[in-house]
Amino acid sequence: MKANHLRKLVDRIKPPFEKGGKLGMFLSTFEAFETFLFTPKTVTVKGTHIRDSIDMKRTMGIVVLATLPALIFGMLNVGYWHYQAVGELVPFWSWQGVWFGFLKVFPIIVVSYVVGLGIEFGVAQVRGHEVNEGYLVTGMLIPLILPVDTPLWMVALAVAFTVVFGKEVFGGTGMNIFNPALLARVFLFFAFPAYMSGDRVWIAGMIKGHGIVDGFSGATPLAEAAAHHIDKMPGAMDMFLGITPGSIGETSTVAILIGAAILIYTGIASWKIMISGIAGALLMGGLLNIFGGDNPYFAIPFWQHLIMGGFAFGIVFMATDPVSAAQTEKGKWIYGFLVGFMAILIRVLNPAFPEGVMLAILLMNVFAPLIDHYVVQANIRRRLKRVKTVTPMKS
Amino acid sequence: MSKVIKIKRGLDIKLKGSAEKVIVDAGQSGFYAVKPPDFLGITPKLLVKPGREVKTGTPLFYDKHQPSVLFVSPVTGTVSAVNRGARRRILEVVVQVADSQVYEPLRKADPRGLSSEEITEQILHAGLWPAIIQRPYGIIAEPGTRPRSVFISGFDSVPLGPDYELILRDEKDSFAAGIEALKKLTDGSVHLGLPAGATASKVYDRLEGVSVHYFTGPHPAGNVGIQIHHVAPINKGEVVWTVSPQHVALIGRTFLLGHLDPTWIVAVAGSMISRPRYFRTLMGTGVQPLLHKNLREGEVSPRVISGNVLTGTSVGTEGYLGFYDSLLSVIPEGDHYELFGWAMPGLKKFSASRAFFSYLQPRREWDLDTNLHGGQRAFVLSGQYEKVLPMDILPVQLLKSILAEDIDKMEQLGIYEVVEEDMALCEFVCTSKIEVQEILRQGLDILRKEMS
Repeated sequence: MKANHLRKLVDRIKPPFEKGGKLGMFLSTFEAFETFLFTPKTVTVKGTHIRDSIDMKRTMGIVVLATLPALIFGMLNVGYWHYQAVGELVPFWSWQGVWFGFLKVFPIIVVSYVVGLGIEFGVAQVRGHEVNEGYLVTGMLIPLILPVDTPLWMVALAVAFTVVFGKEVFGGTGMNIFNPALLARVFLFFAFPAYMSGDRVWIAGMIKGHGIVDGFSGATPLAEAAAHHIDKMPGAMDMFLGITPGSIGETSTVAILIGAAILIYTGIASWKIMISGIAGALLMGGLLNIFGGDNPYFAIPFWQHLIMGGFAFGIVFMATDPVSAAQTEKGKWIYGFLVGFMAILIRVLNPAFPEGVMLAILLMNVFAPLIDHYVVQANIRRRLKRVKTVTPMKS
Repeated sequence: MSKVIKIKRGLDIKLKGSAEKVIVDAGQSGFYAVKPPDFLGITPKLLVKPGREVKTGTPLFYDKHQPSVLFVSPVTGTVSAVNRGARRRILEVVVQVADSQVYEPLRKADPRGLSSEEITEQILHAGLWPAIIQRPYGIIAEPGTRPRSVFISGFDSVPLGPDYELILRDEKDSFAAGIEALKKLTDGSVHLGLPAGATASKVYDRLEGVSVHYFTGPHPAGNVGIQIHHVAPINKGEVVWTVSPQHVALIGRTFLLGHLDPTWIVAVAGSMISRPRYFRTLMGTGVQPLLHKNLREGEVSPRVISGNVLTGTSVGTEGYLGFYDSLLSVIPEGDHYELFGWAMPGLKKFSASRAFFSYLQPRREWDLDTNLHGGQRAFVLSGQYEKVLPMDILPVQLLKSILAEDIDKMEQLGIYEVVEEDMALCEFVCTSKIEVQEILRQGLDILRKEMS
């Protein structure tokens, strides 16, 4: 049985890695690979004798699975728009396109995981802990929210920044205040703005400018809307399907919805945050419609905001990060609603930030503990009120 | 008060090997034991040494903090050993049983005619006072004090849980006498929690002066703590006493017979048992006669648990049944590796989430083993515990306040209302494999020390 042979092999090479052994300093790294291959044989010692089969690896694995539709679509999209920009009109679903997209996207993913996991493994070893699985998801999310031509050294820098200052400094997985993927993005946004916004960053090859068709615009739907070029915006179906320029994984609402379905069905992400986020966005869009006057940006139909820009990706994959979101069930409704509301508000009303989702989520990350605090206070007050209403008569 | 209370949150774990509803006499065990670790918060002081002859009901040790609380021998015979563990902590006081049984005399009377002091005295002398547990803290009740009320859960919703209708089918009078005794110990009511549809109960009907409440829903609907929360939650400063149904009958029997009758019925169940059934034996029995010719042979070793799979204690094949346990659960040990186990479709992997394809078989019975399924992590996911705790309590915030040793917060968040068994399901579903029950016990101990 192949599994048995593999297990025996692992058992044979394990001893030097154990505590006190010659290679003991690499125990965390060894165990990370060992538990990737084999679920451990540890049995329960205290507390319940039986346990749910689920563990962190399975949970993180399912989240990565949920991002795959957006990833695959993103590769197709990158290829399609590149060829559009240089004048070779390939159809959307083409091998040439997806291969180009793969060659552009794959290195970013590799850099993200190598740098991120490298730092995580090192920190785990120094602390003497098992490597935590949190970065398995962050490592996939970071490439999906970046413009395709982001230089690889910038990706590495952003990953290092977020893993060290966004996570490990606070105590590792489970302790971070901010969404780590968004922290990487916001770092790049403020450190290298020319590479993160404008009309030339979203389509591969446009920054360098070789062979670009005259007059070709690489503007995203959001950019066109912000410049009041409503007529130049793509149609609603194109935006829903995602055949528009944008960051690698954010354009296709359809692909993101498939991911959302997987996350909601398995019970891994909070549907409350997603639904209330959509409600908040719709409300803000509606208010803009009503009070917008002549401004054509305000007049964009309130529902259209859901399929433009990074809203869908943000509300499904980013706002739902359990550690940085509100952690009480009631708090999640408020948190999600405010994320959606603020995202559209920042997007439309603030000329400096064409996309508001990232900042809205980071802002609400700061307020999530406050929201939870009030939910906890309400619980406490309910309990205290019970003491007061219990009459001197015994029950 | 006969309306049905619906418990909406929780989880039923259907395990293979539930006990067939027949009672057979167990083989005679050579040895019987009383185990101090069964009793939270006591410091045992021995009254006997190995070699001493004892009768049924002779005190073996008492609690240093409450000397009137006695722990007695369940059989007549000779004290054979006092087994100790680390730091000379007493683990077991073992009695080798003699051929004929002699009983320490107690009062034979109708509890309705006795005062509360006389009833308290009888229960203490019978060594059955430890059966009365107080909330908060889940420790033995303090004799001489009067609780706000007494709660009894008449059914057990744990996996493989025993059927008390069966266990008590011949004990209707004893149970009623036990109830009468308990009524005298409180100025409030005696409450009984029953499953909805138990209106045709042979044991529990026509009990006078008892408030009956009906419950439906998944486990932990049968937990007395959950029932208290839904009927009359415990506030700061209040004390409620709880007793298990078989102990109520045992208390009643001492009044009807005039001595301690240690007959005890235990369900022996689990996938490692060849013929899961109920056995009639005596309190504190060795588990060997219950497992004799009853264990499945094979490569996998069994985990023998006195109690249920969520809160019970591992006693091993040579151990003794615990004081509070009407169930012996025997399941396979899970010390095996699995290649890419976390990535497999998992048709055979039971989970409260829908992350495995096992959810496609909702009516299946599961053969769960003791594998931890992962390593311990920090609190990451939220919302998991709330789905299985049917109380208006924020479980993660409570646990974090315990870890921070914030006593005020612990009180404010409702620690008085819970003991380990109420949060055991939270521990079961936890993706991060956090030791919830242990943390809760630490919090309760901190609070108890603070309040004393």
